[in-house]
This record gives sequence, structure tokens and C-alpha cells, in this order.
Amino acid sequence: MNQWTDILDLNDIPKLGARVVRHGNLDIAVFRTADDEVFALEDRCPHKGGPLSQGIVHGKKVTCPMHNWNIELDSGCAIAPDQGCAREFPVKLEGGRVWLDLSTLARVAA
Amino acid sequence: MDMSTPMGQGPKMKLVMVGNGMAGVRTLEELLKLAPDLYDITVFGAEPHPNYNRILLSPVLAGEQTVDDIVLNPLDWYNQNNITLHLGKKVVKIDRTARAVEADDGTRAGYDRLLLATGSNPFILPVPGADLPGVISFRDIADVDAMIRASSQYRHAVVIGGGLLGLEAANGLMKRGMDVTVVHIGPWLMERQLDEPAARLLQKSLEEKGMKFLLQKQTAELVKGESGRVCSIKFKDGDSAPADLVVMAVGIRPNTELAESSGLHCNRGIVVNDTMQTFDPRIYSIGECAAHRGIAYGLVAPLFEQAKVCANHLAHYGIGRYQGSITSTKLKVTGIDLFSAGDFIGGEGTEAILYSDPIGGVYKKLVIKDNKLVGGVMYGDTVDGAWYFSLLRDGKDVSELRDHLMFGQDHCGNLGHQGINKAATMTDDMEVCGCNGVCKGDIVKAIREKGLFTLEDVRKHTKASSSCGSCTGLVEQILAVTAGGDYSATPKTKSMCGCTDHTHEAVREAIRQNKFLTIPQVMTFMEWRTPNGCASCRPALNYYLISTWPGEAEDDPQSRFINERAHANIQKDGTYSVIPRMWGGQTTPSELRRIADVADKYAIPSVKVTGGQRIDLLGVKKEDLPGVWADLDMPSGHAYGKALRTVKTCVGSEWCRFGTQDSTQMGIDLEKVFFKMWAPHKVKLAVSGCPRNCAEVAIKDVGIIGVDSGWEIYVGGNGGIKTEVAQFLVKVKTPDEVLEYSGAFLQLYREEARYLDRTVHYLERVGLDYVKKKILDDNEGRHALYERLLFALSVERDPWVERAKEGKLKHEFETVAA
Repeated sequence: MNQWTDILDLNDIPKLGARVVRHGNLDIAVFRTADDEVFALEDRCPHKGGPLSQGIVHGKKVTCPMHNWNIELDSGCAIAPDQGCAREFPVKLEGGRVWLDLSTLARVAA
Repeated sequence: MDMSTPMGQGPKMKLVMVGNGMAGVRTLEELLKLAPDLYDITVFGAEPHPNYNRILLSPVLAGEQTVDDIVLNPLDWYNQNNITLHLGKKVVKIDRTARAVEADDGTRAGYDRLLLATGSNPFILPVPGADLPGVISFRDIADVDAMIRASSQYRHAVVIGGGLLGLEAANGLMKRGMDVTVVHIGPWLMERQLDEPAARLLQKSLEEKGMKFLLQKQTAELVKGESGRVCSIKFKDGDSAPADLVVMAVGIRPNTELAESSGLHCNRGIVVNDTMQTFDPRIYSIGECAAHRGIAYGLVAPLFEQAKVCANHLAHYGIGRYQGSITSTKLKVTGIDLFSAGDFIGGEGTEAILYSDPIGGVYKKLVIKDNKLVGGVMYGDTVDGAWYFSLLRDGKDVSELRDHLMFGQDHCGNLGHQGINKAATMTDDMEVCGCNGVCKGDIVKAIREKGLFTLEDVRKHTKASSSCGSCTGLVEQILAVTAGGDYSATPKTKSMCGCTDHTHEAVREAIRQNKFLTIPQVMTFMEWRTPNGCASCRPALNYYLISTWPGEAEDDPQSRFINERAHANIQKDGTYSVIPRMWGGQTTPSELRRIADVADKYAIPSVKVTGGQRIDLLGVKKEDLPGVWADLDMPSGHAYGKALRTVKTCVGSEWCRFGTQDSTQMGIDLEKVFFKMWAPHKVKLAVSGCPRNCAEVAIKDVGIIGVDSGWEIYVGGNGGIKTEVAQFLVKVKTPDEVLEYSGAFLQLYREEARYLDRTVHYLERVGLDYVKKKILDDNEGRHALYERLLFALSVERDPWVERAKEGKLKHEFETVAA
């Protein structure tokens, strides 16, 4: 069952930036684009585990700070020819607040 | 009535391409990348094959590769991209009024945009017998099949034409067991690519392989034998030679038949403008059939540059322009090393450097004009071909390299990579890219299997040369050897990144002229292709803005690489390292106590003394950073930034029995003045108190050596990827002068270098003489530079103080619990 939870205000995330949300030992990177779209990915690059939250956000992509892989925010997948995907999580924006579904987080964190 | 149709909702436009060769298909590939859904695409190809690599016909003829090996786009590719492909159909008519083309079998296709990529036809000498069976050209797969068939039945082959193509054909036929004679009208072989001494060496080694030559011979007639097939060749001087197979390789002519018959302006090619449009703006033309500024190019590198521009225009971006290319040539005959580029003959106003070893079979000639390399030819040792070509293309000032230029890149101070620089002699398991662990075999495999042509492609697919870049020359060589000599080199002017076609210089100039203060302003004005750039251009733009308009342009943390956003160095496990500043490498017991206390309090796992005379705390959690900084109560060391790093010093005259100057105090003064200085790349300084030079100033961006009578200033040293010894700039008397001259040099570098160029790269580009003119000869200019630097520094604040004590950008260091 869904367990949508109000996590933070949209304005707590810088435009073209990210915040790290910690659930147990799971780190989730919540991104905000220039057009105020939000995306949530596990904060691990599929390449060597770099923290995607620390990367530069451009368009609907983030560039991993470790080795410059480009990851698509809506799928979590690396842009070809690189291969691999970071886990994506459901996220929604309501009334200027960012909501995550804790039940999916709990399943992964467990 | 409302006539407007929202973008993307009306029917797609129709793009028809005539010709299914390398240049045309490359254009489609580029176009699909930019605007995958803009057009319904139809392609007509006269040959029955999908797009293949025509450059590699020679290795196929020589039996070194098969036809399947050289296919670039299999039929699946056309399917996957929804391209309607008509193979074996020759377009014979363009109906420009109805905007449709018609093929020889009656197939019609309408177009909104038409791309003519009809390539070229071999030139057939108008001599009697030119139409006999057994007389062919060397242009396509059918020709290669005919040659292979002939080689199994006949003995004597004659190749007319001693140019690149003729010699490759002759070599292939010889490998297939034929007795081959090359007939050439000129006084030496390949006169468009080689001077006489190089050509003689080439001829000699081909003769040693068994090839025969008849130079300065003009063909009069091809004689018919009893079987009806060609049997011999007669020359104007009365001589003759047996010939069961005649290959005409005397040149190509742009294939303009279709364009001319439809009334398009042609003049030695279909005439196009800088956006590759013909005189009918709906009709584009690229490749060997197109004449751009009077030149129809025949090598793949310029054609791919054209393809990029054409695709850009078809995709409605319309900001790219093709402005012509410099080309280089390499002969694809196994065992023969030959390279030529640019103006290799020379003439008035040029100088030539020669190296000739006829016994060893090595000949090199470099042509220099106005301190720039303008051409060169090499035979027997072409290892440095790619390097020379890049010097030529970039128009670099070579006056300082001149003495060593002939001996190659290795000789010019490359220590980083064990001097490995010979792509052809490397085995597949040898490592090319030390950063990403890529071996030669990986690169060769990717080039072959994925059909790569450019350095960019290789970087994307293999990661080789994508990190520190020290192996770039080597990767270019492997590309040249594997993809066939005329691989696509980088265009003459280098754009900032894939988001724009503008150069670094053009972007900076626009920022200065229009007083842009934000990244979106620049992107809008210069028509960026991406909504907010990429991880490559955004940090560059941010630097250009804050360095051009200090105090006015606002620093954008989201456009900074993480290290400069967090003001600490990210480590492989996601923790950070913290290096507090120790002025001139000096510290105090109280600072050391605080460092020890911080390491204990935050359980920092590793404490290390750095090479820059400071102390590094490794493994700090990001959320601890503000606390660590507050407790250290020391200035930021900027060890994480494209900024002033360390000023290394020796103890100097205060303690040392050899010291002539107080180098420690000089270092502290320099560091305090230049503290907080952002730059195109990191900047390292050092000061030694005597010529024994214990502070190793020769490998610093600015190095100072104290001597009895004053201070010597050296610039442009580098101890990194490629060791470079700093060059002497000037000797001054007082510490104040040291500050002003060093500061003026650094400000010049800050204002003019491309982002991510170290001082050595900047100096390589502009030359030391230019810097001397600005700093030494122009007192007012130097003073103004120094003043601008001091002003820029006066508006900067210590980022650690702002974050540790004033709570700036708190969100950067806080995680959210869920």
C-alpha cells in the first residue's frame, strides 16, 4: 500500500540541484529541474556508486561527479553508450511540497 | 481561419537523400541525434549495398578485410530509424516545381528538403580502348570484385595514376598475386601529397616489394587483344607494356549530372554556401559532389564536418557554419609509413626544417611560416603525424619548440606516460588510457565494431582519453591506423561543448561586450542548443562571468563542480577531504593542536602531509564540514578548486646558510595577496631563496627564485600529466615588483585562457613573447592588469568563514530524514 509522505518544501531544493533524503541506511537524491520538476533516484551512480546528488543537473539529466556519467532523471538510466540504471522512486509535487512513498523506500531499505 | 499548426502536430516534413554514401548517411545520423522526429526520411542509393566505409576498399582489395567488415550501417539501422531505403535505384530527375525526385525505375518521392550526396565519379581517360573489357576504375565494391576476379585469371595489371588511390589499388593487386606496373604522368609519385625526396623513398620501397613504375608516361591507347579484352597499353613515346587489367585511377570528378540537369548552379561541384545549401535553398548538398568556396573535398574528415553543419541546419538550429578544412593524408599500404598535411612544398616567406636519412628510409620535412607550422611531409616515421597535424590545425606558435620540433612530441617534455607513443607497434593488451584502464585492443575493437571516426566517438564509447587527456595523441594515432588514415580530425575551431558551436573566445567576448551577468543571458543570446547547458559548459560560463564582471556577476553554486560547491574535495567513497591554508607552508603549535583536536572530535580516519606543505584531513562526512571548518578556525586552502592552491617555499635566508632572500616571507606575501583567486584551472606557486631551488619552482605556474641581486620570475611550469619546465619571464629587484609582475601574469591568464587550460597550455597557445609584450613592455598595461586582479580579489570572501560562521547555503550540508 502506498504511504505518501510529505518530505520537504520544493524551495528547500535549489533549482538545478538536489537534496539527499535519508531513510534508514538508504540515501535518496531528490532533484529539482529548472522547470520545477522533481525526480527521486537512489543516490548511487550505476557505474561506481558515486553520489548523484552531488552532480551538476542540466535539462532532465545529472552528471555524476565521479566519472562524468550522464544519468537521465526520469528513468535513472545512463545515457548511451554507458549502460546501467540507478533505482528510481515515485515522487510527487503537491502544493509546493515534495512527497515520497515511504512504503517503496522501506522495501528497498530492508 | 486559423492557419497555424502547433509544432509537432502536423504531418512530418519529407527529407529525401540522393546517394547512400558516408557523407550523406553521416548527416542523417547527426540529424537523428538532434531532431529524431522532424522528418520522414527516404534514401536512394545507386549501389545495391547499405552504407559502407569507402576508405577501406583498399584493405578489402588487399585481402586484409572483407566487405562485411566495412559496412557502417547495416539494413537494420535503416529499419530502426524508419528510413525508407531504395537500393540499386539511380535518381535520374529532380522536379523542382513539384518538389519530387524520380528514379530510373520510375519510383517517385516528394520532398520538403532534398539532400544531394551523389559523391563523385572516377575520371576515365578519353583514349582509344578506354571502354574495353578489363578496363575499370577503383571506386566501389563492384570495382573491387572485378579486380579480385581478374587477379585469379590474369597476370599483368597496369594502374594508370600514381596518386593515393592508384598506389593503393596497385598494392592490393600485387598482394593478390598480379604483376603490377604503375603508370604516372608526373615526375614523381603522389605529387599532391609528397615532395620529391619523400616520393623517391616511397617508390624505392614499393619497388622492393615488387611494384614496377613508368613515370612521365602519357597513355596513348589501350589495345584490344584476340579475346576482345584489353591486352596492352601504348604510350605517346611509342613504348608499350602488357596489360590484362587496366585500372584507371587518375582522379575523381564531382558527380553533378543530376544537379546540372535540374538547373542547379554547378562549378566543379554543386555550389553550396556555408550551411551546405545549393542555390535552391530547399536543396542541400554535401560530400564529394559539393563545391564549397571553390573546393570539392575528397577526404572523410572535412565531409563529416560538413555533415554536422548540414544536419544542424536541417534540424532548424541554423547556427553552425562550415568554413573549410585543412586536410591530412596517410597512405594505407601495409608496411609503408607516410603522412602529409597542409602546404608541404613551401615557398616565399616560409622556412623548411629537413631531416633526411636515405639509408634508414626516413625523411621528414616541416614547413614553417610566421612561427607557425603550415605543412609537413613524413616518410618512414610518422609517429608524430597526429601531433604535427594538431599544431598545424590550431595554428600554435612553435617558435619555442622549434629546436626540438623535428624530433617529435616525446622530445618536447612528455614524461607522464613512460614515453609510449607508437600506436602501430603496440600490442592489443597494452594500456593506452591509464586513467580508465583502456587497452589498445578495446579501442581498436570499438572503432571497428561501432564504426567510429572521431576522437569524440572513441571517448564516448571507450572512455579512453576522456579523463586527463594525456593519451589523446595516442588515441588519435590508433584511430588513424585503424579507421584508415583520413579519420575525422577535430574541426579548425573548437566549440565549447556539444551545447553550442561557439568557441570559448567568442563566448567570453560576448560576455564582455554585452555585459552579461547570468548564465541564462549568455545561453539565450548565443542560442544554446540545450535548455541549461551541461556539466562541461556551465562551470566554464560561471567562471567567465565572475572573472569578467567581479562583484557584479553572481556566482552560481549549481554551476560549480561539487568540490567548488562544497568547498572540499569529494573522495571515492563520497566523503570529503579538508586542507586548511598554511601561509607559505608555515604553521604554529596552536594550529597543529586545533587540527589534532578536529581529527579526534570528528573521527577523521586519515591525516596526511601534502606535497604542497599543508595538512590534509581525509574522510570527512559532508554534514561535518561546517563544524570542522569552524573548529579549525583557519582559512580555506582552496585545494578543491580551480583557484590559487599552495605557495610552496623553502626556509630561505632567515635560517638557511645558503639563502640569499627571505623566500618564506615572499611566499606568505604572495599567498596572502592572491588568496581566494579563482582561475581557469588550479594555480600553484613556489618561492626558493637561492638557485638550489629547494621549493621546486620550475614546475609551478609561477615560480620565484631569489638571487643575491633580486628575484627571478618563471611562468608556465607544470608537474602534472605532462611535465613542463617553467620559462624565465623576468628578473626584478623588490618584493613589490614580484607581486605586481606575478599578479599581472596571473590576471592575463585569468582573462584570456580557456577554462580548464593550465598556464602552460595558455602559454603554448599565445607564446611567451606575447606575454612579455603585455607584462614587460607595457608598464601601464601591467599595472592595469594587476589592479584588476586586486579588485577581483577584494570582492571575494573566505568561503569557509561564510559557511561555518554565517550559515551560507546551509542546505548544501544537511540531509533530510524520512
